[in-house]
Amino acid sequence: MLKRQIRRNWDLYVLLLPVVAFFIVFEYVPMYGVQIAFKNFIATKGIWGSPWVGLHHFERFFESYYFWRLIKNTLGIGLYQLLVGFPAPILLALLINEVRSRKFSRFVQTVTYAPHFLSTVVLVGLLLIFLSPESGLVNLVITWLGGEPIRFMTEPSWFKSVYVLSGVWQQMGWSSIIYLAALTAIDPQLHEAARVDGASRWQRIWHINLPGIMPTITILLILNMGSLLSVGFEKVYLMQNSLNMTASDVISTHVYRKGIVDGQYSYSAAVGLFNNVINFILLIVVNRVARKMNDTSLW
Amino acid sequence: MVNQSLGDKLFGWVVYALLALICVIVLYPLIFVLVASFSSPGAVMRGEVWLWPKDMTWIGYKKIFQNAEILTGYANTLLYTVIGTAINLLLSIAAAYPLSRKDLYGRNVISGMMVLTMFFSGGMVPTYLLIKDLGMLNSMWALILPGAISVYNVLIMRTFFQNGIPQEMQEAAAMDGCSNIGTLVRIVLPLSMPIIAVMILFYSVGHWNAYFSALMYLTDREKYPLQLILREILIQGQMQEMQGVGDNVLAETVMQSEAIKYAVVIVANLPVLLLYPFLQKYFAKGVMIGAVKG
Repeated sequence: MLKRQIRRNWDLYVLLLPVVAFFIVFEYVPMYGVQIAFKNFIATKGIWGSPWVGLHHFERFFESYYFWRLIKNTLGIGLYQLLVGFPAPILLALLINEVRSRKFSRFVQTVTYAPHFLSTVVLVGLLLIFLSPESGLVNLVITWLGGEPIRFMTEPSWFKSVYVLSGVWQQMGWSSIIYLAALTAIDPQLHEAARVDGASRWQRIWHINLPGIMPTITILLILNMGSLLSVGFEKVYLMQNSLNMTASDVISTHVYRKGIVDGQYSYSAAVGLFNNVINFILLIVVNRVARKMNDTSLW
Repeated sequence: MVNQSLGDKLFGWVVYALLALICVIVLYPLIFVLVASFSSPGAVMRGEVWLWPKDMTWIGYKKIFQNAEILTGYANTLLYTVIGTAINLLLSIAAAYPLSRKDLYGRNVISGMMVLTMFFSGGMVPTYLLIKDLGMLNSMWALILPGAISVYNVLIMRTFFQNGIPQEMQEAAAMDGCSNIGTLVRIVLPLSMPIIAVMILFYSVGHWNAYFSALMYLTDREKYPLQLILREILIQGQMQEMQGVGDNVLAETVMQSEAIKYAVVIVANLPVLLLYPFLQKYFAKGVMIGAVKG
């Protein structure tokens, strides 16, 4: 029976062949290659032939001058992002859901989705244009109001805010789609009944809409927690400069600089692995907590 | 909504006001860039441009078409996007269709193997070494092959094949002696055009906007995609100026880039801008299908 099933679907397996090959070559070989984190990589000997050195590179990282700075920056940006960036699309979705005019709702969605399609390079370019101390619009307004121009892009204390708030600007609309979808799935009869009982709009949002999208919120929260320490390399790297380095150096950019640029493959592979393992543990822990607390989980 | 209470009416107005404010904040920078791209660079730098072009000029756009690097970058990006998206699409269908079939023995193992890579990966350095060993450094394939399949997109597609296409139709085709591949090509794919459109858009926007793999793997400037050239014009010049390390040569590049930076943002996003109304409908649909799954 089983044999016949397999034989009947032989062409499906052929179809899957390049797919499986892709995952083995481009995902699982690098996963296996992560062993260079425990070795001293020597180019002539390759990954397999290089000598083992145990946890040497991890110790070097933990004791290095950069360690606490990287942890502080990466975690700081991650938490800020979670606190400000995560609720923003939920609020936007709840607001859009309250709009009665279809036209206006369509318009708001069209406008707020748009920045999602800008590339990271363009986004950071726009930041430089609008936050420039001399000619940037934001600083023109600040000086017009009687303040001193702020060096947003070079002042370390501003780095996190600029990073997170520009992220909200770009992704808020796009991320709200998933919540809007969840909101349309809420039974209208609930609202009808609440209205008959004299609930105000605010009360209906609080007692019907919010609990209605709670499972979606939980799932996305778990996923976000799982990437708490994997602050997006692409944007941070573009926003970095020698003046804001104390606040902008994060684990992923450190790995890039040490590994790809300086060629310290083993050391930076160890740093990257450390980051990956923490993320993975976080994901599992948060998932378990979520399952205990309200029966929603990824698996 | 016959007789809303005063509180509810007030609440409604607050909602509208907040959303209008959000729209202004999101839209204004984009409008400003468009307006500034048609204005004289001097007027923009003096802060005289707000909502309408000042001293209308095409100089920014003219300079772009005289700049060989931008043009090559544009052509490269176009090439990478077309080839990359084609490969993405073929492989995603090849992954999603068999996995959508409940009668495929071993589908859970293969799905599991794919999903695991969403949460755990070898990381930047082992991947870089792999690309190096494969001899793909400084070639187009380093930008296309490592990300050839997005697991997330495969899951969206699989869900569509499972729920969007009547199983009976596929069974009937099999009954009539149609092979699995035949069923896929003649029945499933023609019925899946919405999801295929979504995938093409997801993948192509990704390729169009990518810069990081090019930064990591490419060394020849002639192979640079548009985004790397943009990075030099929009970011590097400005950064050096801000840090006060610019020399005279750089000062000139800065003035140059001052004239073209707004126009270059518009030109770089032109394909996306033109497709946007069409994109929006499908993109949103794609995310929703994914949401149902999640």
